[in-house]
Amino acid sequence: MTSRYGSVTLALAVLSGAAAARGWAQDTTHALEQGVRVGITYTPGVRPGMLLLGGPSQALLDSVRTIVGRDLDYSDRFEMISLPGTDSLTLGITALAAPAAPTSHTTEAGAFINYPLYEALGADYTVSVVQPPAAAAAVAVYDVKGRALLKLVPVAVTGVSDPGFRMAVHRASDEIIRIAAGTPGMAASRVLYLQGGRIYRVDADGADPVPLTPVGAKMFSPAWMPDDQHMVYTQLRQGLGAIYVQDLTTGRRDIVPPTGELLNYAAAVSPDGRTLAFARNTDEGAHLYSYNLGEHCCLQRLTTGRFSDNLSPTFSPDGRRIAFVSTRAGSPQIYVMSADGTDQQLFAPFDYGVTGSSYAPDWSPDGLHVAFHREVAGAYQVFVMDVASRTVRQLTSEGSNEDPTWAPDGRHLAFASTRTGVRQIWVMDLDTGRVRQLTRQEGARLPSWSPRLGDTTNH
Amino acid sequence: MRRTLAIALGAAVVVLAAACGGSPPPPPPAPQPNADSLARVRDSLAREQARQDSIRRAQEEAAQRAAQARADSLAAVARTTDEVKSMVGTMIHFDFDKSNIRPGEDTQTLDQKFAILQANPGLSVEIVGNCDERGSDEYNMALGNRRALAAKQYLVSRGISADRISTKSMGEENPINPAHDEDAWAQNRRDEFNVTAGGDVLMKPPGM
Repeated sequence: MTSRYGSVTLALAVLSGAAAARGWAQDTTHALEQGVRVGITYTPGVRPGMLLLGGPSQALLDSVRTIVGRDLDYSDRFEMISLPGTDSLTLGITALAAPAAPTSHTTEAGAFINYPLYEALGADYTVSVVQPPAAAAAVAVYDVKGRALLKLVPVAVTGVSDPGFRMAVHRASDEIIRIAAGTPGMAASRVLYLQGGRIYRVDADGADPVPLTPVGAKMFSPAWMPDDQHMVYTQLRQGLGAIYVQDLTTGRRDIVPPTGELLNYAAAVSPDGRTLAFARNTDEGAHLYSYNLGEHCCLQRLTTGRFSDNLSPTFSPDGRRIAFVSTRAGSPQIYVMSADGTDQQLFAPFDYGVTGSSYAPDWSPDGLHVAFHREVAGAYQVFVMDVASRTVRQLTSEGSNEDPTWAPDGRHLAFASTRTGVRQIWVMDLDTGRVRQLTRQEGARLPSWSPRLGDTTNH
Repeated sequence: MRRTLAIALGAAVVVLAAACGGSPPPPPPAPQPNADSLARVRDSLAREQARQDSIRRAQEEAAQRAAQARADSLAAVARTTDEVKSMVGTMIHFDFDKSNIRPGEDTQTLDQKFAILQANPGLSVEIVGNCDERGSDEYNMALGNRRALAAKQYLVSRGISADRISTKSMGEENPINPAHDEDAWAQNRRDEFNVTAGGDVLMKPPGM
């Protein structure tokens, strides 16, 4: 699949040489279905070409190669290129029969690298999964134009049955992306979501969905803790709801004490992990509260007023501000305040009576953007606001699209979408507009994307 | 009374018979049972028995009726309680993304609940607000709360003490119709009313 798209994309790149202004693309699902994945405003030439070589068939190397290939593709930072043919390695050798080709050589890692061919195919980088003497697997990254091995990235696994196998490969993928694109990817991350009352986690490439809460308990609004080891969520009980912090490794969970009464939900944790912000239903409507998780104290009400609901808080990456939803002007819209509740003001501009209701803000990891969803012609669409200029841009248009959550790379968003008829979690790349389906569970919703998962996350 | 008369008549017959003839009176015949008088006595006894039986039957029937009446009145109380409870449980519905009480059927439903709460001072209820699946998931938790608060506010503004009414929200998490169409959505946008205390015996409000 990757190779087919890669070929088509390459052809397009050749056909449409003109450079256009780089900007966020619109949703390109239809284009994807037709085998084309280049957004209208995207400039093909901007992305470096990435060629993943085949290799000897062996269980561990095959698995690593499959995962790395998908991770590089899903990073959306490269034009994925494959050698024309089913068996890349064989074809590569045959095509390069000329023994004295001075620009090709068998590398230190043992792979035969045909730089001129790869360059002709448009590759800037070539990666090859190899088995060096000292490790189970590694990925060699070559600079095609520079004719050099850039780095041999070790894959810290012993075998495919290693419980941390997939995450170790994802981390290697992120390192390859860092080497080739200058900034790490989001392969080593996961997405939490709700389905049928249970919270699941799934790898960023859509593999390995695992339930984290028991059958029967009705959970709500899961969110990652910044330490990447815990999640927070609400357990609903007959119209009431308490917030819990759960250790993702041990499964142990603790109630956040002041949330044992009333309905408390939409929890978010500050980047330093110390402050929990959440919404609570009161006799004066829904209001935002904060609680000091570090010192287990100091419940503080952040919003007031009998006639408005205030909910869905999200912290800025510096922890100093909170964006949230408020109905203070009538319809729900996006507001912002200092983390202590002062200086409350409108955040995403709207025309009264014209702009649709706006919900579920999520502040980007770089602090520059806030994603949210807004009602447009009877459906919800994902928007992104530029924090500096306060201008908004609509990103989706197909089906109803809700509850965007930023990937740790700051260029992908996951959201719940009905574009195929039932709610599923989808991922969009903001640079190319490329969209892919993340979950395969009917009714998946309320996604929360993790930070980059550290080396200790092998569960 | 009738038996006394029969005995008196019998005695008169004997006296008249003894008074006839001058010779020494033959020894009086051994008294022969008079068929007529015997029948009459038997009749009277039977009648008496029947009378006694009818009295007993009447007494038994009266006792049964009393027991039935007692049972009937308990059942009636239970029936009334059930009926009132069912009126308390009548749901009200909302327009999409709205929490205002719609005038008409819904205000009538709430007026009925107001009268019931007034007639039953020990009664406490909870109001549970619900939403359809179309709104935003987190926002619907707040909207369900608004819907419950709107009904509570209506009842409190008419004079019911606020501490007799608690409110909850289930957002869109508890649909009564899981379908994805306008009919289902309209059914799911609702307030439910549950008795939380004082619901063992409920009185109908006057005039209901």
